[in-house]
Amino acid sequence: MSVPANKQVICDVLKEEVQREPGIVVLCSDSRGSGSMTSFFDEYPDHSVEVGIAEQDLVTISAGLAASGKRPFAISPASFLAARSFEQIKIDVGYSHTNVKLVGISGGVSYGALGSSHHSAQDIAAVGALPGLRVYLPSDWQLTRSLTEHLVRDDEAAYIRVGRSASPQVYGAGELQFEMDRAVTVREGGDLTIIACGDAVYEAVCAADQLAGAGIRCRVLDMYCLKPLDAEAVLRAARETGRILTVEEHSIVGGLGSLVCQVTAQACPVPVKSLALPDSEIVTGSQREVYHYYGLDAEGICRAAREMMPA
Amino acid sequence: MNLERKAVDLRLEILDLICSAGTGHIGGDFSAIDILTYLYYEGMNISPDRVDDPDRDRFILSKGHAVEALYSVLADRGFFDRQALHNTYSRLGSPFIGHPNNQLPGIEMNSGSLGHGLPAAVGIALAGQMDGRPYYTYVLTGDGELAEGSVWEAFMAAPHFKLDHLVAFIDRNGLQISGRTEDVMPQGDLAGKLRLFGWEVQEIDGNSIPAIRAAVQHAKETQGRPSAIIADTVKGCGVSFMENRAGWHHRVPTAEEAAQARGELMQKARELDERSGK
Repeated sequence: MSVPANKQVICDVLKEEVQREPGIVVLCSDSRGSGSMTSFFDEYPDHSVEVGIAEQDLVTISAGLAASGKRPFAISPASFLAARSFEQIKIDVGYSHTNVKLVGISGGVSYGALGSSHHSAQDIAAVGALPGLRVYLPSDWQLTRSLTEHLVRDDEAAYIRVGRSASPQVYGAGELQFEMDRAVTVREGGDLTIIACGDAVYEAVCAADQLAGAGIRCRVLDMYCLKPLDAEAVLRAARETGRILTVEEHSIVGGLGSLVCQVTAQACPVPVKSLALPDSEIVTGSQREVYHYYGLDAEGICRAAREMMPA
Repeated sequence: MNLERKAVDLRLEILDLICSAGTGHIGGDFSAIDILTYLYYEGMNISPDRVDDPDRDRFILSKGHAVEALYSVLADRGFFDRQALHNTYSRLGSPFIGHPNNQLPGIEMNSGSLGHGLPAAVGIALAGQMDGRPYYTYVLTGDGELAEGSVWEAFMAAPHFKLDHLVAFIDRNGLQISGRTEDVMPQGDLAGKLRLFGWEVQEIDGNSIPAIRAAVQHAKETQGRPSAIIADTVKGCGVSFMENRAGWHHRVPTAEEAAQARGELMQKARELDERSGK
């Protein structure tokens, strides 16, 4: 069954919600096509703003709109949004307390072979370090829908990173029990906990299912909420399973692995192994190939999980 | 109200604030204070009892280092307590930070890093245009600040959006920390550049209240495009030994210098009073 891309789901939710909430404004930086926002722009031109290839002003104009009562969604490739506009996010959104939702599309290594200029492997670390910003990496389309429906209605700034293509489906029909800022337990198990975010959640679930066949029972947490991190779920995992494996499409510096270690090291030290992109230029290839190269796919996760288990 | 006289009083207030705090940007405060005086005492539809009125006019101080000028105006207009300002400015835990902060009543956006105010004003003006609200959005940038690329993104965007309720003052005092703006990064024919971008451009004496008044009136009559008012100002305007000296960007006067400055400003106040028959 084909599923919609997460960015398409965000567009769908905004088209539904704008009829109820006239303050919604979508801003793009020559990114409406790549952001799947063309139909929003066509159907709601009075709620659409094109700023051109100008990510800095994309963010600051959004902040000005928010300061005047609008509920802007600024949509731009994550690589440019989180890096080119970093100071605008810091000052005009975080520090100025403006309700801007920043949607980083084609995040992580979605752009694959286009190279490190187009990768956003530092956005969790960068945006997460800013006061006043929340950071979300939803896994599949259902989680993206629940998250967006929540974010449209709340009054605080947030950064949401989604991929380029459709993300593989993690949750069966009616299976997702979504609670804002709470990790979702996708698989239950007591030997090891795999904590993942974004597209890596699907790989973690596949790995857990394979490991179950070998008698290793893994808990899988969908940690879509990087900030605020669900520290309670992390500590429960540490106490109840004794070892944690983190998987993320982000640099090893300052991402999910770092955040989990910060929690466990202070309150419940257990072995933690982090699978992530390296702190260096990323190898050229498709997203799938890059995942495999760095061991972020199910095969690599299984390998790392086995290494963590006592002999 | 005699706005020229008010601007002298405000210069005295700024001088006291900077001397008691031991920090501030007096040169840029004094180049910009006549513009703020016109806007806050005559030009803008604002009031301390309507800080959240959706139809209020907005002002963004993009050159946030001139915050002592903004604080002095807002305190005098009753947005917050003057004594609290003078007792705590820049001290530990004070809400009166060394750059504008929108946790204080009357301040719309935070600034400090340059190049943010104009795009923020574009967003605010755009929201007003979308909702058909009557308010005007005023922004004051420095001239050295125009080297920031984000300003030029906004210079392109505002005419494209036909933001005729946006008025951008450029405080063209010609000096920045390192010296003359034209030596550091020349702007040349700034008015010509902005006209080509689609702005309605006026070049005025930015330390003349009548000139500022006339320019704002013309800006309000302009339809279909935003207005830029290039305000030719004097850094340190009003105190002889500060005028046109880059060193007074953020120098704090000694006790002797403060006394001389105070004397000059009070002399100016007496002259204005005599002229008006007081």
